[in-house]
Amino acid sequence: MSDAEPLLSVRDLKRHYPVRSGILKRKTGAVQAVDGVSFDLQQGETLAVVGESGCGKSTLAEMVIGLDEPSAGEIEFEGEVIAGGVDKAFRRRVQMVFQDPFSTLNERMTVGRIVAEPLVIHGEREDDRAAYVRDLLKTVGLDPDRDYDAFPHELSGGQRQRVGIARALALDPDLLVLDEPVSALDVSVRAGILELLRDLQAERGLTYLLISHDVSVVRQVADRVAVMYLGEFVELGGLEAVLDDPAHPYTEALLSSVPRVRAEPAPDQRIRLPGSPPDPSDPPSGCRFHPRCHLRERLDDDDAARCVAADPELTEREAGGEPRPGGDDDRTVACHFRPGGRNY
Amino acid sequence: MSADDSRDDSLPEPRGHSGAEPGDDSRAQSRPESPLRRRAKAFAARFRRNTLAMAGLLITGSVVLIALLAPVLAPHDPATVNVPARLQGPSLAYPMGTDHYGRDLFSRVLFGARIALQVAVATPLVAGAIGVPIGLLAGYAGGRVDDALMRLMDSIFAFPAILLGLTLVAVFGQSLTNIVLALGIVYIPQFARVTRGSAVSVVEEEHVRVARSLGASHVRIMLVHVLPFCLSAILVQATVTAALAIVLESSLSFLGVGVPSPKPSWGSILRVGKGYVDSGEWWFSVFPGLAIVVAVLGFNLLGDGLRDVLDPRTDPNR
Repeated sequence: MSDAEPLLSVRDLKRHYPVRSGILKRKTGAVQAVDGVSFDLQQGETLAVVGESGCGKSTLAEMVIGLDEPSAGEIEFEGEVIAGGVDKAFRRRVQMVFQDPFSTLNERMTVGRIVAEPLVIHGEREDDRAAYVRDLLKTVGLDPDRDYDAFPHELSGGQRQRVGIARALALDPDLLVLDEPVSALDVSVRAGILELLRDLQAERGLTYLLISHDVSVVRQVADRVAVMYLGEFVELGGLEAVLDDPAHPYTEALLSSVPRVRAEPAPDQRIRLPGSPPDPSDPPSGCRFHPRCHLRERLDDDDAARCVAADPELTEREAGGEPRPGGDDDRTVACHFRPGGRNY
Repeated sequence: MSADDSRDDSLPEPRGHSGAEPGDDSRAQSRPESPLRRRAKAFAARFRRNTLAMAGLLITGSVVLIALLAPVLAPHDPATVNVPARLQGPSLAYPMGTDHYGRDLFSRVLFGARIALQVAVATPLVAGAIGVPIGLLAGYAGGRVDDALMRLMDSIFAFPAILLGLTLVAVFGQSLTNIVLALGIVYIPQFARVTRGSAVSVVEEEHVRVARSLGASHVRIMLVHVLPFCLSAILVQATVTAALAIVLESSLSFLGVGVPSPKPSWGSILRVGKGYVDSGEWWFSVFPGLAIVVAVLGFNLLGDGLRDVLDPRTDPNR
């Protein structure tokens, strides 16, 4: 990681939703959707956040974009703390590409109006708005002559998502939050959208925060990967390091569930996680993953007790761990027994 | 990557190629017509296929034509008194007979369509102009604002329409304008409810969340991202209200507090005519009554038809 000031810096971010019950609607607990997440995002890089549905990755994205307010923690953009409500200046520099291009485009507006909307809201480019929007449509691979006056229902899924991307680009942002940008699309058009995103990043120096549950998508776009489980990052590091040599047992399990096309060297046995993710309003004590952890079965009783007692922090790999393919990776892992690689 | 999903815009491409994906061939290669025209055409096509809507349109259209052409169609002046010809049954000269002053009932019923139509058009406009913003705000804001506004609407709604109409006419005074105002107030809650009902579900939709993330103001979200999705329900309500307004105006006129004479409101003709039913002059009350039935039926059919046509779940474009 370079020493340059990060574009986006998230510190110990938390989002707890109160759970109310009884006739008095008293607060009886909290869903810990995001519970203490920290990371830096450098200009021009792509950080992917992967995890199962319900792990809090979408809540994280919503807080970064300003759709949801953190319960605790800080978000810094270019060194400035975004406190309380997000202001218009911030909104225009951070835009989001949404998951479902079928529900996120206003069906009563034409493509031209949809893409121009951020400009209208922020009072930008009043003189050459139409020409600018047509250029944007061309940039994302649409035909302005044909599509400018089209309604969303006249477009295919891939084309709709291109409209969504054009809208996100309209204010010339620095950071794009990509919330499952291709998961609602047919497999046949995913590659085209991902390639467009890569091209745009190269041309415009965009920074991406990619939210995805799909490891193959992450592999195509990301520079670094964060693995999220039950509101926490359990592993954060370079793409190859995390995906090819996972350190955290949860990452191992997650990756072993991805079907592989090629027989890769010594594929591990598929790790089946017992049960389903615990209730985020009542997370397990200690390490949140311990009730489902396959590594813990191999620990002796004292070590296993530690998993139940103490919540491991994200720690850097110990020096002296065996060298990994992918070189140095600044990897951090939240596991008592795996900070230095596969000790067990 | 798929070969069709091209993103290279440096190449001169044939129209309709760039960005096109497999299975897209049915799509028009270009869209020369304006978006509004295309929407209108699609709507007209669906409307024509709906028998109910077409029947309603036919009847309503006839009422409109009759109202417009009343001076041409009417064989007599609706206000000219001709006492020697009083209470005559239907004949060639007087197709619907004459009333107790010898006025031609046919001409009076034709001119009555003008009043009915004014009421049918103006009442939904008045009610909608107030009820739609209330419902939109209630549905968008939710919570206490919603509760307060809708309880207020409930309290208006709790009055029987005829009673509220009577009271308001008594307060405003008896004139066509005041009656329309009174009728408009009576139907405010219906527009508020319908608009709120649509708005509440639209507000939950993703595109509203997106607009919020773009920094759109509340007013903009309400007007651009919520209201357009409520319009079809509002339009249907307007048609239904038009029918109700005709009935209520007739009722008020029947009670003697409607459109003041000598304007030939169907309700006032009916009021006088009912006194002659026992003595055998049936035409005096039957024809204005039939006129009310036909006009109300027309608007109701149109409303029901529109409801079917505008239902987004039957959108053939999908």
